[in-house]
Amino acid sequence: MDDRATTTEPAHTVSPDVAEGQVTFTLDGRQVTARKGEMLIAAAERAGTFIPRFCYHPRMKSVGVCRMCLVEVSGPRGASLQPSCFVEVTEGSEVTTDSDKVKKAQDGVLEFLLINHPLDCPVCDKGGECPLQDQTMAHGPGETRFVEEKRHFEKPIPISELVLLDRERCIQCSRCTRFAAEVAGEAQIDFIGRADQLEINIFPDLPFASYFSGNTVQICPVGALTAVPYRFSARPWDLDQVESTCTTCSVGCRVAVQSSSNRVTRLLGIDADPVNHGWLCDKGRFAFESVNSEDRLTEPMVRKSGQLVTVSWHEALDVVADGLRAATKKSGAPGGVGVIGGARMTNEGAYTWAKLAKGILGTDSVDAQLGDGLPAEVVLGLPRATIDEAAGADTVIVLSGDIREELPVLFLRLRSGIVDGDLSLVELSPQATALTAHAAVSLRYLPGAATELAKAIADPGAPAPAGIDPTDLAEARRLAGADKVVIVAGRPSLAEDGALVAEAVQALARALPNATFLPALRRGNVMGALDMGLSPGLLPGRVGLEPGRQWFTQAWGKVPDERGLGTTEILKSAAGEGVNEGAGSTDGEGAKTDNPHRDGARVRALVILGADPLTDFPDAEMVRRGLTGADFVVSVASSPGPLSAHADVVLPAAEAHERPGTTTNIEGRISRLGQKLVQPGQSWPDWMIAAELAVHLGADLHLDSTTEVWDEIERLAPAYRGITRSVLETPGATDGVVAPLTVTPVAFSRRPGSAPLDPIAVPGVESVEQQGAPPRAGLAGARTAGIGAGGSKGATQMGGGTSGDAAVTTPPPQLAGPFEISVPRVVPTDSYSMRLVASRRLYDRGAAVDAVPVLAGLVPDSPLRVNPHDLDDLGIGTGGNVKVRTATTSLVLVAVPDPSLPRKVVATDFNVPLAEGTVADLIDATAPVTELRLETP
Amino acid sequence: MSSTAHPTPVARPRSKGGPTPTLTHLRGATATRARELIALYPEPRSALIPLCHLAQEQEGWLSPEIMVDIAALLDLTPAEVLGTASFYDMLHTEPVGSHLVSVCTNIACLLNGAMELLEHAESTLGVNAGGTTADGAVTLEEAECLAGCDGAPCVQVNHRYVGAQTAESFDQLIADLRSGARAAEIPTHGTLNRVARTTGLQADRNQVANERSAMAETQAQRAAAAKDTAANKAGA
Amino acid sequence: MAITEAPKIITGRIGHADSHTLERYLATGGYDGLRKALAMTPEAVVHEVDTASLLGRGGAGFPAGRKWAMLRKSPVTYLVVNGDESEPATFKDHLLVERDPHQLIEGVVIAAYATQVSQVFIYLRGEFALGLERVQAALNDAYSLGAVGSDIFGSGFSVDVVVHPGAGAYICGEETALLESLEGKRGFPRIKPPFFPAAIGLYGEPTVVNNVETMSNLPWIVLNGGSAFAALGEGRSTGTRLFALAGHVNNPGVFEIEMVKTTFRDLIHAPVLGGGIPHGRELKAFVPGGVSAPWFGPDQIDLPLGQDEVAGAGSMLGSGSVVVMDDHTCAVRASWRITKFFARESCGQCTPCREGSGWLEKIMERIETGNGREEDLDLLLDACDNIAPGLTWPPQQTTICVLGPSIPSSIGSAIQMFRDEFLVHIKEGGCPYG
Ligand SMILES: Cc1cc2nc3c(=O)[nH]c(=O)nc-3n(C[C@H](O)[C@H](O)[C@H](O)COP(=O)(O)O)c2cc1C
Ligand code: SF4
Ligand code: FES
Repeated sequence: MDDRATTTEPAHTVSPDVAEGQVTFTLDGRQVTARKGEMLIAAAERAGTFIPRFCYHPRMKSVGVCRMCLVEVSGPRGASLQPSCFVEVTEGSEVTTDSDKVKKAQDGVLEFLLINHPLDCPVCDKGGECPLQDQTMAHGPGETRFVEEKRHFEKPIPISELVLLDRERCIQCSRCTRFAAEVAGEAQIDFIGRADQLEINIFPDLPFASYFSGNTVQICPVGALTAVPYRFSARPWDLDQVESTCTTCSVGCRVAVQSSSNRVTRLLGIDADPVNHGWLCDKGRFAFESVNSEDRLTEPMVRKSGQLVTVSWHEALDVVADGLRAATKKSGAPGGVGVIGGARMTNEGAYTWAKLAKGILGTDSVDAQLGDGLPAEVVLGLPRATIDEAAGADTVIVLSGDIREELPVLFLRLRSGIVDGDLSLVELSPQATALTAHAAVSLRYLPGAATELAKAIADPGAPAPAGIDPTDLAEARRLAGADKVVIVAGRPSLAEDGALVAEAVQALARALPNATFLPALRRGNVMGALDMGLSPGLLPGRVGLEPGRQWFTQAWGKVPDERGLGTTEILKSAAGEGVNEGAGSTDGEGAKTDNPHRDGARVRALVILGADPLTDFPDAEMVRRGLTGADFVVSVASSPGPLSAHADVVLPAAEAHERPGTTTNIEGRISRLGQKLVQPGQSWPDWMIAAELAVHLGADLHLDSTTEVWDEIERLAPAYRGITRSVLETPGATDGVVAPLTVTPVAFSRRPGSAPLDPIAVPGVESVEQQGAPPRAGLAGARTAGIGAGGSKGATQMGGGTSGDAAVTTPPPQLAGPFEISVPRVVPTDSYSMRLVASRRLYDRGAAVDAVPVLAGLVPDSPLRVNPHDLDDLGIGTGGNVKVRTATTSLVLVAVPDPSLPRKVVATDFNVPLAEGTVADLIDATAPVTELRLETP
Repeated sequence: MSSTAHPTPVARPRSKGGPTPTLTHLRGATATRARELIALYPEPRSALIPLCHLAQEQEGWLSPEIMVDIAALLDLTPAEVLGTASFYDMLHTEPVGSHLVSVCTNIACLLNGAMELLEHAESTLGVNAGGTTADGAVTLEEAECLAGCDGAPCVQVNHRYVGAQTAESFDQLIADLRSGARAAEIPTHGTLNRVARTTGLQADRNQVANERSAMAETQAQRAAAAKDTAANKAGA
Repeated sequence: MAITEAPKIITGRIGHADSHTLERYLATGGYDGLRKALAMTPEAVVHEVDTASLLGRGGAGFPAGRKWAMLRKSPVTYLVVNGDESEPATFKDHLLVERDPHQLIEGVVIAAYATQVSQVFIYLRGEFALGLERVQAALNDAYSLGAVGSDIFGSGFSVDVVVHPGAGAYICGEETALLESLEGKRGFPRIKPPFFPAAIGLYGEPTVVNNVETMSNLPWIVLNGGSAFAALGEGRSTGTRLFALAGHVNNPGVFEIEMVKTTFRDLIHAPVLGGGIPHGRELKAFVPGGVSAPWFGPDQIDLPLGQDEVAGAGSMLGSGSVVVMDDHTCAVRASWRITKFFARESCGQCTPCREGSGWLEKIMERIETGNGREEDLDLLLDACDNIAPGLTWPPQQTTICVLGPSIPSSIGSAIQMFRDEFLVHIKEGGCPYG
């Protein structure tokens, strides 16, 4: 970063003693300094001279084929035309970019490109932002000298469900093929043919089925590749844009959100140097369709005589306040209210809900994870790595689900670290993943036995676990001993208790004290939600309940008396199933050794924040029991979803692109969200719903805008201290700021001029975020209505530390692991049982895909994957129908052989259709691992 | 359910230590030879063209199924195989008649009546250059220089030179091809090289490398010795 | 100038019908050069080749000894023999691989020893089906003989030689495209610098690429000494060289000729060589070194067949193929066909070559078929200028490899020499030659 900063100095001020690693050359007569080894085109661009180009892309290897970037470069045999994208700057060379000879060559290339071009600009998506068009405008000849018949191809042809190809418009720059082969590692499109018949195409009947296909559309310099959702939807000059962060998953890719007439039309990846390098996954790129969906909740609804009917916010919030009060009263403890979800909110929304739940309702049974993550202490308490650090590490140890399926752009970054860098990957997984082919070592473990494997890696004296090749193990040990080790920790299987994985992660943490961690939790802003305290036992800023008690009591007036429940236990409690008996069956997220939950303090009301446990919680049966068992269910959501059927009140919330605020990614990087749309109907941003609900509960959170919320977070949440609004608004912080701030106040990456930007891909993206409160639609009368409605004690004391005791001035310490966590005991399998692996797919039946028409069709059917020998034992070696039985259910599924699985392990995908039911019908969330038996039906 | 097959979590087999790919169309001895060919090269992908020739020997052309097999053998995508094969004139992604008749019309042959011969061929065979006769016996091709310019106009059948042709001799040639009269000399389309590699460095590259470095050492010693002698001489 | 009685350095055996067999090869001094080389130090072998001043026979004419000597600074990993011979009217390597494969193999092993390479690939044009069979058969025999493989003739030197078939793409003769092709990819030439094979070659390793004919000279040079070779010819052009003569001559074929000592006139007209132009016609023009080379007219017929001599006259000896056009030849048709060749064979990666070659071909076709316009000649030349700026010789280029500027070279010289003929086509709406 440093050398970048120096190279962005104005070019003319070169001192004679040039720093090492730098070269000086003459660019159109002036002296310019560049990094050694830098390509001329990039050096010139930083010095303010833009050389036209088509094939060059700063994030891919140069090929120098379009020949648009020819400039004159001096050499031993005089000046010659050289592709500036392919020649490195050399000391003392003279470069001319504006001579007649250069112009003639460049004009010649343009003319050659145009002779076979269809010139259908009026009906081309790219028209108006097309470099071919622009450069022709600027330099091209007025009329064509080409009178022959142009090249013809059938146009356009679909190369996947998402992308269409018009070969007539293609200029053969190979950006798309290089992206597919080099960046995504899926060379499913390629050049076909030769000479002027050279075309891009797919193999017959094998579509470009990549999770990253949309990037090819973004980097295509012309309109040859177009995306189905955007085609013909807008003209570029009508588009309004705002810079934001994608919250489809928790990688937090920076995006330009473009809209027209209050509809999002397109997302473009921004080249955020520390995060996404300009790339997006297709789910993130196209998920905006759900925002535009007709099927949005626009008004609050309350169930009356069995029917949800539209009411005013005022009435709805009154009903909610009454319901929550009643639940607390009935259960005799604040824990009578359970709050589930919040990982899809902004940080501001999550904080406000945390403050409401913990500070006003007093419940600690709050969990942003849906039984599908890891214990929050472990996630927040281990030393964090950044994505850059992972991609640039010596060794990355992955113990998580398939990264390509869960955090796609992190997959690209890790892959690039391996393919283009020196990164070695050690994978610990019960099954093969997309990273397996890139791993130096991929070790299989039996669900429930991750710790055994982790310990074997950590301790050279430990014996190799059964089924592990000793040479592989030795290699993994060697790699784990490297200097820079990053551990990527997530949930390899939803049928295996998260505490078991956390135990393994902590075993590695103890053995590798210098290793850092990158959590592979997947949902949008799950990291922000945990940081804001939406987890049992936690308070905002990565602080434990007890250490933070004084600080937050002073600020909020009160905090919960004792540790509450995680999602699994909330549901169990709501279902009326005693949570105390099963000391061995802990919740995946957050339970510590002794569960202090008292008998009888049953969860009576559920508040579900932008989550859908019916599709996302691993154990379908438990969700149904929990929802049925609860007296009162509130759903805060942006679209109805299956949950509405179970809700007593439905509150409409704003979605991505409709609310300002911030989000926090897996690294702890806080970046700003841009608001591009007015939220539909009466829907509100999440924080506002909590703030107003507080009023209806007779309290006041003293939070009146997102900026106020942020200011309070910065003030109170230790991990977020110093990250003020003005820090976030500095131009240098557009790619976000990693929390907590360390040594220097803010580590800025200077995108303009430092990170390479591809002007062809991201035309004119600049930061124009809007911060601030949106209009409080439909709020009439609500502010006073709450007064006297009865209320929680202490409400009047809240805000700003007005309690009588001596003021606490030092913020509480942040969590620091490893921790003692309670880990369920895994009983060895009997010889008939198999262990189940349930893994995530990018496209599943979750709301984020279901509401997006172009993606919904891509959800695969999933078979049951079984080791071929186990299939042989069943007498169906090549696969076929099998009956799968657990203690409580049985399903008939289609089994296929998968030699990558260990014996006695069967795998399938979560939340996708199986031949019968879904895997959530099989998983027992209270068991450490789900066991089942296979039979021939 | 979906018409697009999206990435499966199961990784593509790797040539290094990965499971042996199952082939559906490259059969028996051909599959064995394919693996032998791959072993000749430091990188498997180098065997792509030889494998395509081998596949054409079996099938006469590169069917999509066979390209999928080649991709599996070389750890490539089918698109990469097609993309590479389609670059080369001799690799056919469309079916070819059992005899590919290539008439060169490049400069030396042009000067010796090649265009006229090609026109004659088109009319007697009833197909345009690039086409295949209805009986599947002959595919006619307008070729670039075949490096047989002393026998212009130069014609090859399945890449066997058949000497300069006149209209009459051409007709006879076609008749012979159809009757099988020249079968011994001209195999059916796809068979390029009937001489297999019988010997060779039997696989052990490391051994060669070792020998080579050992030899480099002796040579260095020899050179040093020679230098010494020279120095001694000069000194004397 | 007279035709010299130069020794037949590489075609001596070809008179025998069984010249391709090991028996004939051994009976005529076969593998003696290799035995001798193995008794020498590799440096000494390089030195002999350097002394011989053997210029590469593939087209560029770079001295082989110098190439190797440069490479010896860093260890060479691969030796690749270029037998892709696809330059129109070039058919000398065709003769060598079919008729004297052992000579090629012997040369290859000598070169491998000189450069201390343990892996050689012989890339043969796919259309040489018989050549492929002959070289493979010879190689099998040579392995059995112990001339290739492990511990060659007990010397401790080992080398593996693999015959690799091409598959029909002219551009694969260009050495970096050849390497790409050998790596199993499309034959897209690489950008030089940095991809000089010597530095970054096959699989990114230092690689020597030499032509078949260059290799075939080595046994003789080692046996007879570099100076004996250098004593033949003149100046930089030493030794003998194969010339492929085709087009309008009575006796087309490949001739081994002492360099510089013979002229184009000798080659075309001497009874033992070309035997003159048929039907008593006159010479109109000739291509002196492959169709990439600018054409010559009758006034250049007395130029000697020497590298520098031809270069000095504004063309090149290139691949050693001479195409003779008699006075009944339509220059437009001939240069259209050459353009069509390039348009078909462009690899397609560079815009100017991919689009330009196709466009030029279409314009030429229009002119030849009588649909030309007056402005077409200027358009042709201007489009050519956008591929080879300045239309100079040797050409400058806006492209990666020299295939692109080869088109302007040949069209440009044809228009220059026969502008009137082009104009007649345009004005009269067709070819005056019918
Ligand atoms: C378009 C093009 C085609 C070529 N074709 C051939 C060829 O067919 N055979 C050949 O030996 N060299 C060919 N060359 C020259 C090679 O690039 C290279 O210079 C040569 O193989 C080196 O061998 P030499 O030094 O022994 O001549 C070609 C070059 C170009 C630019
Ligand atoms: S000049 Fe032509 S043949 Fe050469 S690399 Fe460029 S496109 Fe390919
Ligand atoms: S050749 Fe440099 S940008 Fe295309």
